[in-house]
Amino acid sequence: MTHQARAVGGPLLTRPFTILLGLLAAWFILLIWRFGAGIGAVSGLSDGYPWGIWIAFDVVTGTALACGGYAVAILCYILNKGKYHPLVRPALLTSALGYSLAALAIIIDVGRPWYIWKIPIGGIPGVWHYNWNSALLEVALCVMAYVGVLWIELSPAFLEKWKDSAKSQWLRNFSAAGLKFFDKALIWIIALGLLLPTMHQSSLGTVMLLAGWKLHPLWNTAMIPLLFLISCIGMGYGVVVLESAVSSRVFKRQRETSMLVSLSGAIVVVLVAYTALRFADILIQGKAGLMFRFDMYTVLFWIEMALFIVPAVMLLRRKDFGTILQAAILIILGGSMYRFDAYIAAYNPGSNWAYFPSVPELLITVGAIALEITLYIVIVKRFPILAGGEPAVSTR
Amino acid sequence: MSIDRRSLLKGLAAAGAGAAATAAAPVEASAKAQAPADALGMLYDATRCIGCKSCVVACKQANDMPPETATFPDGLWDAPIDLSGKTRNIIKLYKGDDEQSYMKAQCMHCIDPACARACMIGAYRKREHGIVTWDGSRCIGCRYCQVACPYEIPKFQWDTATPKMVKCEMCNHLIAVGKGPACCAVCPAKAVIFGKYDELLADARQRLADHPDRYIPKIYGEHDGGGTQVLYLAGVDFPKLGLPELSDEPAGEIAQKVQHTAYKGFIAPVVLYGVLGAVLWRNRRSAGKEDQP
Repeated sequence: MTHQARAVGGPLLTRPFTILLGLLAAWFILLIWRFGAGIGAVSGLSDGYPWGIWIAFDVVTGTALACGGYAVAILCYILNKGKYHPLVRPALLTSALGYSLAALAIIIDVGRPWYIWKIPIGGIPGVWHYNWNSALLEVALCVMAYVGVLWIELSPAFLEKWKDSAKSQWLRNFSAAGLKFFDKALIWIIALGLLLPTMHQSSLGTVMLLAGWKLHPLWNTAMIPLLFLISCIGMGYGVVVLESAVSSRVFKRQRETSMLVSLSGAIVVVLVAYTALRFADILIQGKAGLMFRFDMYTVLFWIEMALFIVPAVMLLRRKDFGTILQAAILIILGGSMYRFDAYIAAYNPGSNWAYFPSVPELLITVGAIALEITLYIVIVKRFPILAGGEPAVSTR
Repeated sequence: MSIDRRSLLKGLAAAGAGAAATAAAPVEASAKAQAPADALGMLYDATRCIGCKSCVVACKQANDMPPETATFPDGLWDAPIDLSGKTRNIIKLYKGDDEQSYMKAQCMHCIDPACARACMIGAYRKREHGIVTWDGSRCIGCRYCQVACPYEIPKFQWDTATPKMVKCEMCNHLIAVGKGPACCAVCPAKAVIFGKYDELLADARQRLADHPDRYIPKIYGEHDGGGTQVLYLAGVDFPKLGLPELSDEPAGEIAQKVQHTAYKGFIAPVVLYGVLGAVLWRNRRSAGKEDQP
């Protein structure tokens, strides 16, 4: 067995793949409708709930789920656990896809996308003006930069393939030169890849502080940036575990059990840190009573907390593959629910407003997920992303 | 089992340094903003309003806003039910068991507006006379202003592919030619009046002193949410009229303190980047050639 990453190989047009293509076709038609008739025509959004699932799921939860690259990079490069290297490339790929799709979701969600180019160049003096007080600006700039950084971090996977098998001589030379450059420069790119998520994942929490009275006090706290940051690392590890399990099953590859078992120690630390900070903050601010009101918010809060506490207990008691996978799924649900609550469920603009995503709105989100899975399949089948074992499917 | 918990915690702490600074460091006290010297404003006295809605009509005319006939099947009435992408100003009625009051909903023209703090590229700005304006050439339609505004004033045009944000801009196009806002000019009961902010505030105080029996003893907007240039007097509690109970701090104060503390002078991110790079450099040397992802 080797840790060298390899392309999975095999045919692309399998039956699940055609279903994905069908979802993409529906997605494309709905997007024409959205850009032709306006956001109101396809969504359940309103002046009371200006942000729905496109923001809460595609952007806020989507980028947190895409923190696998960030979470594994902390482990691998900062804590110097080189044995996790086989997890890096698949994690980077899901991160790069997740962030790219989040950026796309923003273009779909904003009402006046023809001016979106003013965000990247808004710092030019005398032309447009960045408002440095805006947490959302920081999120926007960091996410844009991070999309680029992630693809650069991942690019050795593409260059390695092209170096050997590209048809054009130029591309082969370019790839060889590129790999040499990365050998030198990569740590500064990786450092950027660690800095940017630290900044914007916390700022995604800060964004909701401005909602003021509309955000329930159990979520509205000055600690929200730190809670968002810690939970996104937990979600990142959860996704790495899930991804490893799914690709070992789908592509019939060896399970990375021993690595995942030792990763569970890191997951427990993250879960305990999040839970302790959340409770301590609530107690210190004198909001303990709000946890026991037995209204909708109390229920949401305790489900959320259970989704962090239960996996921690599970992982402390047992460390087999099944337990780790179950715990990972709970963490992903917990972190996602925390984000949905902070952006939608615990956001209450008054009793005269209600929000539930419409069918086209949901299908636009589903389409984005389908696109992400499609690209993932194509890339792991054609490029050296996944590590270990002989591919079970015949290579071409 | 080889994860060293202590080293992981240390790593988490390093990675979280930017955000941790946010929470731990004492936040700077920002001087509370004052209304500009030439501030203009409005004073709405709910006890004088007769609910004729002339101001709603006048506002639509002055700002060239389309009618809203959707709530009436015959389509003969312009009858908006709330502020919207077509309506910048509206008169509502609160009716309780033994009290009732009209209410004029419109932009409050905050002294320190949350919309302007939220907006990424300054589509909302406080301009001449402290009037809060929306600049269509800067807005990308992200709607963060709607999340941020404590009065829920900015409205989005949901029914078009080329939407704008809509809110009262105190008829600044009329003020520029020496007139005042259309709603104040048309009001037959002088329930809403336009003038210099200082004079309106003095007027409101005088009314409270002259007729304490008539009013809730409070000028809404004098301090609420850091103060607003549109002031309210009423005979029923303000929350019943849809004006939220706010602290005297501007709506975005906490968010801004958190953001400023973490990013002051952009020092923390730069330091963090340097530290991360240094750690990576050291780890790479100790790990040899293995470090390529």
